[in-house]
Amino acid sequence: MIQMRELRKDFTVRVKAGRLRREKRTVSAVDGIDLTIEPGEMVGYIGPNGAGKSTTLKMLTGVLSPSSGEVSVFGLTPVPQRTRLALRIGVVFGQRSQLWWDLPLGESFRLLRHIYRVPAAEHEARLRRCRGLLDLDAFLDTPVRQLSLGQRMRGELTAALLHGPRVLFLDEPTIGLDVVSKQAVRSFLAELGASGDVTLVLTTHDLADIERLCDRLVVIDHGRVVHDGTIEALHARYGSRRSLVVELDEPLPPGFTLPGASVTGVEADGHRVTFALDGSSSGAAVAALVAVASVRDLSVVEPDIEDVVARLYQAG
Amino acid sequence: MDRIGASVLTISPGRPFRASLTTFGALVWSGFRRYATYRQATIAGSFTNIVFGFLRCYVLLAVAAGAVGNRPAGYDVEQLATYVWVGQGLLAVTGMWGWAELADRIRTGDIASDLLRPVPPVVSYLAADLGRALHGVLTRFLGPVLVGLLFFPLVTPQRWQTVPLFVLSVLLAVVGCFGCRFLINATAYWLQDARGPQMLWTLGSGVLAGLYFPLRLLPEWLTVTLWVATPLPGLLQTPLDVLVERDPPALQAGLVALQAIWAVLLIWLATVVQRRAERKLVVQGG
Ligand SMILES: Nc1ncnc2c1ncn2[C@@H]1O[C@H](COP(=O)(O)OP(=O)(O)OP(=O)(O)O)[C@@H](O)[C@H]1O
Ligand SMILES: [Mg+2]
Repeated sequence: MIQMRELRKDFTVRVKAGRLRREKRTVSAVDGIDLTIEPGEMVGYIGPNGAGKSTTLKMLTGVLSPSSGEVSVFGLTPVPQRTRLALRIGVVFGQRSQLWWDLPLGESFRLLRHIYRVPAAEHEARLRRCRGLLDLDAFLDTPVRQLSLGQRMRGELTAALLHGPRVLFLDEPTIGLDVVSKQAVRSFLAELGASGDVTLVLTTHDLADIERLCDRLVVIDHGRVVHDGTIEALHARYGSRRSLVVELDEPLPPGFTLPGASVTGVEADGHRVTFALDGSSSGAAVAALVAVASVRDLSVVEPDIEDVVARLYQAG
Repeated sequence: MDRIGASVLTISPGRPFRASLTTFGALVWSGFRRYATYRQATIAGSFTNIVFGFLRCYVLLAVAAGAVGNRPAGYDVEQLATYVWVGQGLLAVTGMWGWAELADRIRTGDIASDLLRPVPPVVSYLAADLGRALHGVLTRFLGPVLVGLLFFPLVTPQRWQTVPLFVLSVLLAVVGCFGCRFLINATAYWLQDARGPQMLWTLGSGVLAGLYFPLRLLPEWLTVTLWVATPLPGLLQTPLDVLVERDPPALQAGLVALQAIWAVLLIWLATVVQRRAERKLVVQGG
């Protein structure tokens, strides 16, 4: 569905060198990316600021020519076959609007129907669904320039989907949204992905989007892929483990060990202890613990993706 | 309930021409609608055009009074008044000045949104501009013409073909003017900022299109050169000359044909420039 081979993009920038002299310098925004994305995959494409995510998405959607390497989407080469590709992909660049600033949202949608030549019935069905799931009805008649950021983003998503694209490129679609809007957008995308015939490439700085939506995580840094796999694989690679936090009536006896777990923290004079679980089920550890100590409260904490990703970014 | 992504896209393959026409029509309508939202700007613009209409008209009539036989450059008083007032109306129809939308979108990178659509940018901008012009005809054109009719003696066309030829000439002026403005704006692909070329255009187009004075006042060799070698007289002077019946019918038809050649040439040039630009384009912004 999507293929990138040795994909690179270099920007030439002029930097000040001395009073009048300006030097040309080359920035490798994307520095040799190899990726294959299969139909139906939901891929989280993340990386620190300036990693080259937006640049990659621009090349995939045909608005920026690669410096070298190959890229194909649906077997089409994005830049030369841009107009054909445009009929089959849906794109949202979170920071810019693809709607018509002066037109009411509903009218923008009608115009898009004609631009993409979508049959009226299909258009109606898709629009009805988006209106329901994204709660658009309250502002369909409002000019786009008067919409709030969150309202506009919901409009942008709808606009990207009205022609029924099979591949979606979303660059920070949840940027600036409140909790409720974020959840609406996420569950909307999740439902879209659940059908299995939409391929999604999603860029975001909100890792909860990824956890909720993506089964594959591609992390890039300085224009190169530094991780490609599931979220679990990332945790395994960095040895992040689930932990068990227990509150005790009495501190544990000295020298106490729990099979399959190790103590990583002791707080409140030994009344709160944190164990890291080495793969063993939390049930076994809890059973072993209540056998020897009186447990007031306990919780199992999943490994924090933010921590892992932060470690990954810092390593780069 | 059907799934959003599930149905395959259908592009009415049987009637590509009709479908293209519908798309074009929808884009024209969107251009119209976008300008229709700014009523106050429309009123303010009309007012300005009317004020300047009085100034220009009195100046030209004063010149006429001093000219040999009251006919400077072969125009009589009624023709001159018509030239001024219809010209003031046409100014907003062709939209000669103040269009920087494309340049702004290139500078900010919003041009990406235009490129993500399955319609070539020259086509979608042309369609939107025709919509804008249509809005101009219905709003900005009528004001100055009515005021002119009220306060000055205007020409009534004598030949049957004058009005249809005028309509055609105005349409070609709109297309030609769009071509020029597109090319000026497109310099932003290379310069990042089209303000320099815009300034040059604003200064040059007013004089060379015949806005400040009818170009026929210039020596004949210069008039002919301007007409043939530049598209500018075709943006204002030609439609006005057609309407006031300044020349014999054959010459008028010839001038409109010249406009048509320039319009085609400019649109072709815009397409070439756009294609060039896309190859080297750097879409700005993350
Ligand atoms: N038009 C440009 N000219 C010069 N350098 C650019 C240009 N666009 C991007 N870059 C550089 O390329 C690198 C990658 O930028 P890109 O926008 O792809 O980052 P990103 O991963 O999307 O970051 P963010 O998370 O902040 O959106 C950055 O170092 C940036 O400075
Ligand atoms: Mg970005």
